[in-house]
Amino acid sequence: MFPGALLDRFAERRQAAHSQDPDGFAFRASGLTKVYGDGAAAVHALRGVDLEVGRGELIVLLGPSGSGKSTLLNILGGIDRASAGVAFYESAELTAMSDRTLTAYRRRHVGFIFQFYNLMPSLSARENVDLVGEIAADPMDAVEALSLVGLAERVNHFPSELSGGEQQRVAIARAIAKNPDVLFCDEPTGALDSKTGIEVLRVLKDLNERLSTTILIVTHAAATAAMADRVMHFSDGRIREVVTNESKADPADIHW
Amino acid sequence: MIGMRMKALDLKLIRDIWRIKGQALAISLVQASGIALLVMSLGMIASLTETMTAYYDRYRFADIFAAATRAPELALEELRSIEGVSAVEGRVVGGGLVDIEGVDAPITAQFVSRSADATAPLNDVHIVRGRAPDPVRGDEILLLEAFADAHGLEPGDSLPVTVYGARRVFRIAGVALSPEYVYAIAPGALAVDDDRFAVIWASYDTLAPAFNLDGAFNEAVFRLARGVDAARVIPEIDRILAPYGGRGAYDNGDQVSNRFLSEELRQLTAMAFIMTPIFMSVTIFLLNVVISRMVQTEREQIGLLKSFGYTGGEIGAHYAKFALFIAIVGAAIGWLGGLYLGRVMTGIYQEYYRFPFLLFETDLRTIIYAAGLSVLGAGFGAITAVRAAVALLPAEAMRPPAPEFFRNAKGATKGFSLPLDRPTRMILRRIARRPFRSLALVFGIAAAMGLSVMMQFNHAAINHILHASFRVIDRSDMTVRFTEAIDEAAALELSKLDGVTHVEPFRDAAVIFVNGGKEHLGSITGVTSAPTLNRVLDDELRPAPVPESGLLLSAPLAQLLSADVGDEIEVRFREGRRPTISIEIVGLIDVMIGTPAYMSIEDLNARLMEPGRVSGAYLSVAPDARAALQRRTKEIPQLAAISVREEVLTNFEQMLSEGPGVFRVIMTFFATVIAVGVVYNGARITFAERRHDLASLRILGFTKAEAGYVVTGEIVTLAIAALPIGAVIGVLLWTYISTALSTELYQVPTVYDPAGLGVAGCTVVFAALVASFLIQKDVDKLDMASALKARD
Ligand SMILES: Nc1ncnc2c1ncn2[C@@H]1O[C@H](COP(=O)(O)OP(=O)(O)OP(=O)(O)O)[C@@H](O)[C@H]1O
Ligand SMILES: [Mg+2]
Repeated sequence: MFPGALLDRFAERRQAAHSQDPDGFAFRASGLTKVYGDGAAAVHALRGVDLEVGRGELIVLLGPSGSGKSTLLNILGGIDRASAGVAFYESAELTAMSDRTLTAYRRRHVGFIFQFYNLMPSLSARENVDLVGEIAADPMDAVEALSLVGLAERVNHFPSELSGGEQQRVAIARAIAKNPDVLFCDEPTGALDSKTGIEVLRVLKDLNERLSTTILIVTHAAATAAMADRVMHFSDGRIREVVTNESKADPADIHW
Repeated sequence: MIGMRMKALDLKLIRDIWRIKGQALAISLVQASGIALLVMSLGMIASLTETMTAYYDRYRFADIFAAATRAPELALEELRSIEGVSAVEGRVVGGGLVDIEGVDAPITAQFVSRSADATAPLNDVHIVRGRAPDPVRGDEILLLEAFADAHGLEPGDSLPVTVYGARRVFRIAGVALSPEYVYAIAPGALAVDDDRFAVIWASYDTLAPAFNLDGAFNEAVFRLARGVDAARVIPEIDRILAPYGGRGAYDNGDQVSNRFLSEELRQLTAMAFIMTPIFMSVTIFLLNVVISRMVQTEREQIGLLKSFGYTGGEIGAHYAKFALFIAIVGAAIGWLGGLYLGRVMTGIYQEYYRFPFLLFETDLRTIIYAAGLSVLGAGFGAITAVRAAVALLPAEAMRPPAPEFFRNAKGATKGFSLPLDRPTRMILRRIARRPFRSLALVFGIAAAMGLSVMMQFNHAAINHILHASFRVIDRSDMTVRFTEAIDEAAALELSKLDGVTHVEPFRDAAVIFVNGGKEHLGSITGVTSAPTLNRVLDDELRPAPVPESGLLLSAPLAQLLSADVGDEIEVRFREGRRPTISIEIVGLIDVMIGTPAYMSIEDLNARLMEPGRVSGAYLSVAPDARAALQRRTKEIPQLAAISVREEVLTNFEQMLSEGPGVFRVIMTFFATVIAVGVVYNGARITFAERRHDLASLRILGFTKAEAGYVVTGEIVTLAIAALPIGAVIGVLLWTYISTALSTELYQVPTVYDPAGLGVAGCTVVFAALVASFLIQKDVDKLDMASALKARD
């Protein structure tokens, strides 16, 4: 799905970065907790999460609503802070980083696709992608990225002129345009019909397999789990179970 | 890529500004008002100063003036030899009357002999039309342009005058201007009156015999060498002129025309430096409200940008640029507007003050001021909002907002148990739920109203002064003034004239007050024991008894002299036998205008050892006899001037509405711009915050008007809440400004005119109604589907 030249360029960069420590972890965390509020009103969103995510792994997080999936993603993605515990990206301790370092971390390594589309309403599809390209080291062209998610025809449309699914695809194009080392997807297909959803998942799979991008996907669609390397089951702020898939399913075979 | 195409974030900036263009423009205009005011004032100050300096310099305006009764030409040699004096001239000056056919009212003339020095004359005239008088023709004169224009007199016309009771006919050779008469005001008059005051320049040989001053002069004028302090030279001059009836030399700071100009400059400066900060504060406030709200509603977008790795600095800069853009647009409009207004005002000033040329200074430094101030304002306006944006945690920002939390707490809903309809409850709950935001808006509106109130009070104060001066204090119909103090009996002859019902004589004497090291050039007015036509009233218009013996001093004069009741101060008389005596201050009086000093006429005459003398008189005249009386009085030999109270009042009013008073009109306009700007911004913000609610209400089946009421009702409620606070702010501002604008010549009375509050309140309510109308139109246009979809 990715054009060859682009793939080579992106893959090279990843390879160069990983060559020193080929089998390293992307993420390690232990005892991660997150408490919102205090006293009687305190909500324990995370109650001690330990995990390891290998480089280039595709992880799916499953669990009931309110179990803390988004919270974990936000902490690993460097947009929220844990209340206690430690988390590392490669060898850098996320939980000890200053705001400035966290910003640099997000800028260089992280891509997000959010549960809600989160586009800039005053920018067109293409400009929304440019927004990230402008601060990335070696970004994909915005039109190219939008073509990858099937929006070549709508590059100049504003969010208010796009359907929910189209908006989500712009968000995906935006996330992949910077060729992130890790990609966090919070219910990326939640608002999509199954055909579009499969397209989106195929893009993610491609990204993971051919560019070895580390990907964490939160979803309510249990079937999606089939395409993961490993599946983490959440409940009540804890990882209850981790299942390793013997063989990964192709997005085309997933139904929900 | 960068550089070739605009950055996405900057595109967002431009589109956001465009989206709220109405609001942005309103803020820019408030900003522009402040900047325009500053640029205009600075431009005018620079222009007037430059022009004055150039004019004074080119026409060699004297540094020192010294009047004497009769000094022989020989004395000039001695005066010239004073160290520091670079030039001295002796001249003849004196009063007279002009007689113009068809004009009943007596016209005061000031005669000035022209310098014999053809190469570098002091106080030189600028001939506008015609030519210089022919030295061999004794009847040729130059006439002040303002007066010539007022009567349509041209070179070649003849001009009959009365000097010392003798009638002569002069021929106008030319029409001229002089640095001495930029502000051409008759001696003792309060306002410029072009058609009642003539300055006539004639040769020494013509004037000296007319004033019995052959071979002598009665005024010496001096130019000093550069850097010489007039205070060092003046005692020398006084010493030399003392034997010749010297009345005390004074530097040009006390010269009437120059002094009025300096006052004007001082007031302009005060205005610029008081008003600009006020306007700037309002701009800062508005920017703060708008940018804070943007940051608030764009929380998610800010979080998103942060999640991409945009730094706090980059995001902060984005919002700062927003403020900066609005401020710079405001500064640009303000700068251009200020230059334009400056030009217009300068034109008005040139009409009013007679300069041969007026250099309008387009001081480019004002660009720097304008830009600097606006950047500063934008910075202050944006800082809290920008800090909030920088501090926002990305995850926090992107959490979908919880529905607003409304309590049924007693405090928030107290009084709401009244039988109110739902929309009204919505309005009141919202105001109560966000007290700080509501309070901020209320204060913004109140600040605008405060400005309005201040301008209204200013207006009222001036009317108050005029009313007090010309209706309460001075109740005469006419005032006559003699060329010198004459015998009371002669003055009382006036009462025999047809139509004169009452004559109230007065005596005044030019003096120098001295107390310790402090000196003040002024005069003492001697009044009759129970004056009825021109009374001695304090600033509250209560009669102040004039003591039988001793001085009743105006409070500002006492302050100038650091003297108080019980002190004996030294009084150097500058006329008659010119005694120097010490007089006890027996009372102080708060006054509205000037720095007067009063004594009883008997006491004053007794101390001067000139019993029974009067300088002039106030007359009460039957209305139908006034015109005839004016004609008759012109024949009185010793008459120096007659003023008709109603005419003086009209002149004042004219000066205030047409002359520099235009400045106030501009200020009032700006105050209104601010009121509308603030209220409109508040309304827009409220509207934007309530788009969802409005759409929901419309979907539920409320009519456009019913839905609009939720917003317009809030605005009107806030505007009404702002009224009392605005009144308080106005009173405080006015108290401050009236003190700051008070000068020695004018104590701006701190009167609080209830009607002014009413007018200012109406301005605010009017602004609220206009804003409501505009918002209702937005509500009418509201697209329900997109309002629910887009979070704006
Ligand atoms: N700002 C907050 N203040 C208080 N509680 C919060 C806050 N944000 C999240 N929570 C709570 O933390 C818990 C975990 O939230 P989180 O968003 O991580 O759940 P989730 O697993 O992503 O759920 P969903 O599948 O519904 O998105 C929930 O109980 C939620 O109510
Ligand atoms: Mg979630």
